[in-house]
Order: sequence, then structure tokens, then C-alpha cells
Amino acid sequence: MIEFTLWDIIRNLLLAARWTVLLSAVAFAGGTIVGLLILFLRISKRRWMRQFAEYYIGLFQGTPLLMQLFLLFFGLPLLGFRIEPWTAAVLGLTLCASAFLAEIWRGGVQAVPLGQWDAGSSLGLHYLKQLRLIILPQAFAITRAPTVGFLVQLIKSTALTSIIGFEELVRTSNAINNATFEPFTVYGFVALIYFALCFPLTRYAKVLELRTLKH
Amino acid sequence: MGYALDFGWLNDAVSLIASGAAMTIFLIAVSAIAGIVLSILAAAARRSRHAVLRQGIAGYVELVRNTPFLVQLFFIFFGLPSLGIRLDPVVAAILAMTLNMTAYTTEIVGAGLDAVPKGQREAALALGLRPRVVFMKIVLPQALKVIYPALTSQIVIMMLESAVVSQIAVRELTYEADMLQARTFRAFETYLIVTLVYLAMSIGLRRLLIAGGNRMLAGGVS
Repeated sequence: MIEFTLWDIIRNLLLAARWTVLLSAVAFAGGTIVGLLILFLRISKRRWMRQFAEYYIGLFQGTPLLMQLFLLFFGLPLLGFRIEPWTAAVLGLTLCASAFLAEIWRGGVQAVPLGQWDAGSSLGLHYLKQLRLIILPQAFAITRAPTVGFLVQLIKSTALTSIIGFEELVRTSNAINNATFEPFTVYGFVALIYFALCFPLTRYAKVLELRTLKH
Repeated sequence: MGYALDFGWLNDAVSLIASGAAMTIFLIAVSAIAGIVLSILAAAARRSRHAVLRQGIAGYVELVRNTPFLVQLFFIFFGLPSLGIRLDPVVAAILAMTLNMTAYTTEIVGAGLDAVPKGQREAALALGLRPRVVFMKIVLPQALKVIYPALTSQIVIMMLESAVVSQIAVRELTYEADMLQARTFRAFETYLIVTLVYLAMSIGLRRLLIAGGNRMLAGGVS
């Protein structure tokens, strides 16, 4: 058995936390891009597009993220893609994040008064320009707090990727725990690291919320 | 390519999937009820005169809301035995789910309590009702009516998140799926079916809760 000092445990956990941060950042960026596409479908004038986006969002919000990860991890190889835990983790979290973000932003778009669309038309702007110059900036401004709130949820969700074998914080802590038999210390520190990542964001979301309420 | 989906194993698996789903329903039923009762107490205590109580509950809520459920579960199941508290997997799962649920619903219930106009409480007190009766009969019912949709969502979210307790070998739906795919070597088909079961359960649970709310809460769910 290898001897682990407390510092060894903390150092290894902090090194593993880099992967948690990286995965969260990549999934949030990917989720933003795909989420925008879903948002466009969700608020489109065509019924079938709206319907599709609604089912897409309902599917991801109505099933466990763990199942979504399993389906990607075991499903994509059947289609002939070679897939590593990292790919499945990024893809799964991106798709899931896109559904949640699209739904948050849809709320923002619907909160923008209809007169803003009319004003855009009367200025001679076509649909996409109205959206880009008038509607979306206001919708994003309203939904900044829930978007940051969702980022916290996303960071916590990355813990699930340990189950499909991605070497992030939780998976590393399982390995360290198996070597040291000090679950109380190990999982206690893991919780603290997640808390240190998430708490400032939670606070920031609260500040943003109060700021939007004031306006 | 060239892979053909095979659902031939499904006939023998139905009873296993059903018993897994029953366990998932049991877990969420127990932890939802316990969580809501506890969060009513916690939300009331959060608004009490005792500063220690207020800060303790605020700290608990922040701690739970800013760490992953999986880590909370591992801490309770693997970490507590070193303090001499050894829990059965099912008990550990229920404890973790209840503690997690309570933290989220405390915020929701609190928002509901704040939404009840102050005059309601003052009027009831002026009629000579005792503070406890005022809370139980006047403030709480009005608060529950406002927050019922949010509570419903939180229960469904918790049900979906309970998939994680398969990791400490609680024999719920995901655990049975893991066992099935290990035996049939049909991982994708197994998880596909189980995902659909979860989808049906979350839609069903939401409908059930909304129907129940319309019946129980006077005037229906807002």
C-alpha cells in the first residue's frame, strides 16, 4: 500500500478538479451554441420546428442525465464511432445543457414585450436582425441570473461523468479512497472543492437576480 | 454498421424492470414526503428569532446546493461509517435524497411564505388565533398554493437524479439496467428501454402531482 499524506490527497484532488473545470467550460460553451439553435427552433414561426424543439427539451429534461450519458457511451459505437469517456461526457453534457439553456432563454424572449418586435419591423429590420439587434440582447439581459444558476448545476452534473469512466474529480477521489481508506476526509475535501467552485457563482447569480429585480 | 437492435431479452426482463421502477418510486415517495415536511420546519425556522438556527439552516442549504448529489451520497454511505454510523444502502439513499430535497424545497417553501401578504397573519392574530394555528391554517395553505408547481418540478428532478443511487447498489431502476446489460450484452437497447421508462415515469408523476394538487388545494393549482 502506498502512503498518502493529507497533502498528497489534496494535491491529487486539486489536479483532478482541473478536468471538472475544463469539462464544465467546454460543455457550457457547446451548450450555448447548440442551445441557441434550439432556441431559434423553439421560437420559430413554423409549427413543426417549435414542436421539435419542445420534444427535444422535454426529452432531456424528462430523463436522467446518467441515462443520456449511458446511451451516448454505448450507442455511438454502434453507429461506428469510436468513443472515449471524454467524448461521451462532452457530448452528453453539451446536449443536456443546450436543452436547459434554450428553455431558460425562451422564457427571456417571451418576456420581451411584443411591441419590441413591431418596433423592429417598423424600422424595416427583417426577422433575424430583429432577433439579433433587439430581442436577444434584452432576453439575455433578463435571463442572466438563471443562466449563471444553470452553470452551477452543470458543474455539479459533471460528477456523473465519473460513472462512465471520465477521470474527473469524483473518479479520482474514488481511486484515492480505495488506496487510503479515508472516505470521510477524501469525500469531505471533494465536497469542499465543488463548494469552492460553485458558491461564488451562486452568489453572483443572486447579485444578478437582485439587479434585474431593481430595474 | 451492420448492428441489428435486438429486444428479444425484454420478455424475461419486464419483471426486473418493474421491480426496479417500484424501488425508484418508493425512494422518491419517501424522500419527497420527508423532504417537504422537513423543509416546512426549516423554512419556518429560517424566519425565526433565533440567529443560530437561521444561520445554521442557511449554511446547510448553501452547502447542499453547491455540491453534487453523487458526492453527498458517497459522503453519507462511505464517509459516515468512519464516524461509526453504518447505513444500509437503501437507508443511505433515502437519507441523501431527503437531505438534498430539503435544501432545495426549503428555499421554495420560504419564497412561498414570503409571498403571503403580512396582513393575513396580522388579521388572524387579531382574531385571537394562536401563532401555531395561524401558521398551519392561514399562512401555510396560501404559501403551498403558490409554490405547488415549483415543488412538483423539484420532486420530478429528484426522481431523475435518484438514478445515481445505483452507484451504492440500491436495487432501483438504473441498478437493474446495469445488471441486465451485463447479462444480455445489449447495453444500448437496455438503457434505451430504461430511459423510456424514466420518461414515462416523469411525465406520469408530474400529471399525478398536478391532478392531486388540483384536488387538494382549494381553488386548484395556480
